[in-house]
Amino acid sequence: MMGAPLLEVRNLESFYGPIMAIRGVSLSVEEGQIVTVLGANGAGKSTLLKTISGIMDPEKGSVSFDGAEIQGEEPHRIVSRGIVHVPEGREVFPLLSVDENLSLGAYTRKDRSAIERDREMVFEYFPILAERRHQEAGTLSGGQQQMLAIGRGLMLRPRIMLLDEPSLGLSPLLVQEIFAILGRLNREEGVTMMLVEQNARIALELAHVGYVMEIGRIVMNGDADRLMQSEDIKAFYLGQQEAGQRSEKRWKRKKTWR
Amino acid sequence: MDGVQLLVSGLANGCVYGLIALGFVLIYKATEAVNFAQGDFMMLGAFVTLGLTNAEYLHLPFWIAAPLAILIMAFFGYLLDLLILRHLFGQSQTAVVILTIALGFVIRFVAGVIWGHEPQTLESPLAFGDVSLGGVVLGMADVAVIVVTVLLTWSLYQFFQRTKLGLAMQAASQNQMAAYFMGIPVKRVQGLIWGLSGATAAVAGILFASKGAIDPNAGLLGIKAFAAAVIGGFGSLPGALAGGLIVGVIEPFAARYLAAGYSQIAPYALLLAVLVFRPHGLFSQVRTKKV
Repeated sequence: MMGAPLLEVRNLESFYGPIMAIRGVSLSVEEGQIVTVLGANGAGKSTLLKTISGIMDPEKGSVSFDGAEIQGEEPHRIVSRGIVHVPEGREVFPLLSVDENLSLGAYTRKDRSAIERDREMVFEYFPILAERRHQEAGTLSGGQQQMLAIGRGLMLRPRIMLLDEPSLGLSPLLVQEIFAILGRLNREEGVTMMLVEQNARIALELAHVGYVMEIGRIVMNGDADRLMQSEDIKAFYLGQQEAGQRSEKRWKRKKTWR
Repeated sequence: MDGVQLLVSGLANGCVYGLIALGFVLIYKATEAVNFAQGDFMMLGAFVTLGLTNAEYLHLPFWIAAPLAILIMAFFGYLLDLLILRHLFGQSQTAVVILTIALGFVIRFVAGVIWGHEPQTLESPLAFGDVSLGGVVLGMADVAVIVVTVLLTWSLYQFFQRTKLGLAMQAASQNQMAAYFMGIPVKRVQGLIWGLSGATAAVAGILFASKGAIDPNAGLLGIKAFAAAVIGGFGSLPGALAGGLIVGVIEPFAARYLAAGYSQIAPYALLLAVLVFRPHGLFSQVRTKKV
C-alpha cells in the first residue's frame, strides 16, 4: 500500500434535487483494500456512490481514479475505466436469464475468452447461480438476486467495486454468507471494494478502513478495528449498552463529534 | 373456402397492424412513452418508397428503393430522438405523448405537401395478381405480406436474443438505472431503438402500400394498431404481433357475419373486453420486483 490511492474523493458536494446530500466529503481507497462508509438512512451514502459512478454530477469537488479526474464523466465512460457500481436493492434485469445478466456485466469488455473464464469464476463463488443460469433473474429469491448483482459486477473484472448496501433486506444468515464471499473475493482475487452499509458490525468486520457519514459529512474515520472499539460507534451503530459505572442512558449520551 | 380467403386477407392486414404495434411496443419498452406518430411513420415510409420507385418520381428499381427507404426511415427515427426527444429527458411522459401526437400532424401535412392528398399506388412487384392454392384464390400481396412479416419478426427475435446490442436494448428497457451501471450508453441505445422502430414502420408501410392505394391519412390506422398493442399487452413484442393478427382477423369476419354497424367496432369491443378481464393484455410480461 504505497503511492497514490486508487480512488480519491476530495471535498465532494452533490445535490439530490434541491437538497444538498453530500456536503464536502473527502476519502480515499487504496488498491486491494475494503473501505466501508457507515451511516444511517439519508446520510448521503448512496448519493456518494452515485456521484462516483457518474449517475449524478457533483456540484463541487473532485473524484480522481488512478490519477485521472473523472467527476462529471458519462457513466459508461466511468464503467470502462473499471469502476463498477453494484446498486442497492438488487437491480437485476428481471426478464433476462442469469447468464444474460452476467454477460451484460461484461458489456464494455471485448476479450471473449477472458470473459468466459470470469463467468466460471463467478459460478465458483456463487454456485447457486450456475444452477440457475438459464432461469429468468426476476424469478430468483432476494438473496440470489443480490448474488447475481455482485456476480454481474465482477464480470467487468473491476478495478474497484462500489457496493451499495448488499445486506439490505436479507436474512442475517444470508448476510453472513454474502459477506464471507466478499471477503474471499478481496483476499483471493484482490478485488478493491468500497462498501456502503447501515449494518455497521458486519461491515467493520469485513473492511480494513471505515468512514462514518452523517447528514452529508464524514464525521469519523480510521482503521476498522479501531472504529469497532470506539465508544461512539459501539453506542450508536453497534447498539451495545455500556456497562459503565454511571450507566448513562443511551438517549442522554451526546455524540462526541457533535 | 370462403373462410380461408377471409382468414388470409385478415392475417395480411393483421401483419401490418402487428408491425405498427411492434413499433409502439419497442418505443414504449425503451422509453416508457407512447409514440402516437407510429402510424404516420408507417405512412411516411410508404410514401418515401413510393417517391423513390414510382415512375413519376425518382423511378429507382423497387429492390433498391425499398432497402433505401427502410434506411432513410431508420435514420429519421434516430435523428428524431437525437434532435428532439432526447431534450425532453426528465420531463413527464405526457410531454412526449403530446409531442408525438403533434409530430403525427406535421408528418401528415408535410407528406401532403410533397406527394399530394390524392390516393396513390405504389408500383410494387409484391402486388401482382393472385395465386391459387388448391382452389383457394389468394392475393399475391397478402401472401407476400405474411411471408415478409414472418421473416422480419424472426430476424428481430434473433437480433434481440443473439446480439450484444439487442441484449443491451432489452436491458436498457427492463432496468434503465442498472443498464447505466453496466456501462451501456443508454441514451444512444434508445436512439437506436427509435431508429429500429422507424425501420419497422417503413417495412409496414411498404407492405401496406403493396396491398392498396395510400394517402397521407393512411397513418390513422395506427389507432387500430394501438388497440392491437394494448390487446397483446403493451410490454411484449410477440404480444404486439399477436394483437395485430387478432385485430386483423376479426375485421373481415365481423364484416362478413355481423351487421354493418357492428363490424367496425369489433376490434374496439375486444379491446374493452381485454382491458376489463386481462388489463395487462393477453401476452403481458409482468414481473413484480422482489423486495
